[in-house]
Amino acid sequence: MAVPVTQAALGNGLKVLVQEEHTAPLASVWCWYKAGSKLERPGLTGVSHWVEHMNFKGTANIPRDQVKGIIEQVGGSWNGYTWIDQTTYFETATRDALDRMLFIEAERMANCLYHPDDCESERTVIISELQGGENDPDQFLDQEVTATAFKAHAYRHPTIGWLSDLQTMTREDLYGYYRRHYIPNNATLVIVGDVDTAEALRRVEHYFENIPAGELPARMRTVEPEQTGERRVTIRREGTTAYLKAAYHAPAVGDPGFFPLLALDAVLTGAKGLNLWSSFRLPPAQRRARLYRALVERGLASSVGGALLPTEEPFLYAISVTATEGTPLASVEAALLEELDRVTRDAVTDAELAKAKQQLKARLVFDNDSVTNIAHQLGYYETIAGVDTYRTLDRSIAAVTLDEVAAAASTFKASNRTIGWFDPVTT
Amino acid sequence: MSQAHAGLAPTRTTLDNGVVVLAKETRTTPAVTINLAVRAGSICDSADAPGATHLLSRVIDRGTTTRSADEISEELDNRGIALTIGVTRHVFAIVCTCLAEDFDAVFALLGDMLMSPTVPESELATRKREVITGIRQDEDNPAVRASETLMALLYPDHPYGRLTKGTVEIVEALTRARLVRLHAERFAPSALTAVVVGDVAVSRAADAAARVFGAWRDAPPVPIEIAHVAEATTRRRVVIPMMNKAQADIAYGFTAIARADPAYYAFWLMNNALGQYAIGGRLGDSIRERQGMAYYVSSSLDANVVEGPLVVRAGVSPENVDRAIASIDEELVRLTRDGLTEKEFAESRQYLIGSMPRRLETNSDITQFLQTLEFFGLGLDYDVRLPALLGAVTLDETLAAARRILDPDRATVVIAGPYEQP
Repeated sequence: MAVPVTQAALGNGLKVLVQEEHTAPLASVWCWYKAGSKLERPGLTGVSHWVEHMNFKGTANIPRDQVKGIIEQVGGSWNGYTWIDQTTYFETATRDALDRMLFIEAERMANCLYHPDDCESERTVIISELQGGENDPDQFLDQEVTATAFKAHAYRHPTIGWLSDLQTMTREDLYGYYRRHYIPNNATLVIVGDVDTAEALRRVEHYFENIPAGELPARMRTVEPEQTGERRVTIRREGTTAYLKAAYHAPAVGDPGFFPLLALDAVLTGAKGLNLWSSFRLPPAQRRARLYRALVERGLASSVGGALLPTEEPFLYAISVTATEGTPLASVEAALLEELDRVTRDAVTDAELAKAKQQLKARLVFDNDSVTNIAHQLGYYETIAGVDTYRTLDRSIAAVTLDEVAAAASTFKASNRTIGWFDPVTT
Repeated sequence: MSQAHAGLAPTRTTLDNGVVVLAKETRTTPAVTINLAVRAGSICDSADAPGATHLLSRVIDRGTTTRSADEISEELDNRGIALTIGVTRHVFAIVCTCLAEDFDAVFALLGDMLMSPTVPESELATRKREVITGIRQDEDNPAVRASETLMALLYPDHPYGRLTKGTVEIVEALTRARLVRLHAERFAPSALTAVVVGDVAVSRAADAAARVFGAWRDAPPVPIEIAHVAEATTRRRVVIPMMNKAQADIAYGFTAIARADPAYYAFWLMNNALGQYAIGGRLGDSIRERQGMAYYVSSSLDANVVEGPLVVRAGVSPENVDRAIASIDEELVRLTRDGLTEKEFAESRQYLIGSMPRRLETNSDITQFLQTLEFFGLGLDYDVRLPALLGAVTLDETLAAARRILDPDRATVVIAGPYEQP
């Protein structure tokens, strides 16, 4: 990670990160907002994500019918996503489209329209997105387990929102949220690619410096109280396949326990990328991982995965298992918990930790295979913990000790877990 | 050795046993992607055992004549890598990304799997259970049910219409002997294209290929003839009620064209404007943007060795199924009556030409691109020639392409989800 990143700030508070990458004639621009679903109050769940959709509907200076084609006209790609801590938008195109990309993001920050008809037509699109997700029993179970694991913190509700809120939210709710959160001093702009840093910063100033700063939105104060006993949720619905999830409250990315637990996850389910955006493209290296051997190699499960995602506040470490045809969930759960007990009791070996570190090191390299992915990583970490956390990931992983991994295994105490079953009812 | 002179300019070599090696050095990150593609896709399944090739893909990496399954797992895990083994209609591909420093060892490991799998009985039993679970998951997935049923209707008694994974009964009955025979009959050096893209010198990639595959001497497989496909003559509609679901998936399609069809570029442009450009093209504008009915709607064209399909897919609430299908009909009628506007035509063309550098952004993107150009014989300078190929298409040709296939009276429509035939 020796490539320098230039960090700058405009007078209005907009943070800017620029990294030159001259391997392809491309540039990627990402604009990040600290506007994730954890900021949503009851009645407004899903507003961050719906606002993201509305910000692709035309602006004062980009007519509605041109907004979706404005970057594709030059061969570029674009998209956005919303999650619990953040909302982000990006364009990747040839380097000569840099001005166009910056213009789009400046327009998105300051000048979106929120026409009432567009708000209404998008309501049903988003409800369709929610229902499409519910078609997948694994995704549905994930939502239910998260909602059960948290009782106070707003990480409990799904980013898509609850249906009744999506049915009742108003245009004023959406526009008000947009105006409060889409201000330069709540945003980070990232540029990675075949650009000249000084020139890129001048272009950023040109497009963004006249957007006024605003009052930063209030942060939620609630901290999730320590869980005091096991929680369970069992869904019995028509289906063909049984799924199990075990979720444990876990450290935030900035907490000392995060990297030891990440190493422990690699021992249990194999290392995966630390890029929320792209790591799913590569399956984890997990064939010798403890839970893979205990569940998949023994024929109890067709898949097992672990997820410790970098978040700003303490979220969950979740293990997901798909039971093989005919295997009772109770057998899967017993085998899973036995392995977790074993790793708590006996700890991991030197060799296992060394392998986990090697795997994670390789994944950090694989994550940085394009200007789009590098720009994603810079902005993602800047938004939740500061860009230095990203730039020192290799060192943070290398520094993990066996004692720290042993301490991380205390995550798996029974009082900290939420077990979810999707137990299919066949008709 | 031959090399194109501009653009991507990959290097192509052919070993004396027929293995084709394509390599391209890139330096974004110290990693390399290896893509070993054998012309042995699911069309190699016999009509009575669809799913055999897919099952082979799940077990080919679980033991070779020189390595046990555990040894392979250890080699992979120690380097932080995982394989993606995929089966399409025509191709069986082993793909992985590794650190550049591990390239030689990983390439040798992948070659060993490809040439010398032993298919241990115990591994086969475990992987069968996984595949069967996957089939059960598909049975509960409306989008998969709609797509698979559509393909079966468009391609009756044809390899393109068969289930890639097979059925539970077929998978249960497949034997080790049958998979070993399938491998022996279809895997040979003349059927292999090895692509290496990443932080590895081209000469190192070529040397590795010669070292690993140079002594492989199996005879060329007997070619499989694939019949041309008859077009539908009437409209068909099939409903698969899945009342436990929240949303219905629609698959609406036609048999279209082969990749070698001279009208391919006109079809590609036409389809981009119909169902892809700027989130779903005309279909997205009507069904998602203006009517707010669907989170996803798009069309895809899969021009293949013989006539592949053009399929429109959408996910909608059950109460909107009929309106969504009527909107698809309406857009097809409008397109075949009036054609694209000059603006739509120009934008799609500009997009397809301008997106070439971005579509080659990652090593994985480039390996896939190189496999496609080798498979269809497009030439090493295809990326350089593509703008002219698209530039030569006329607006009238896109109208002719639309009129050739997009007739709602001959559409096949499948609906899977919480919907019952009215």
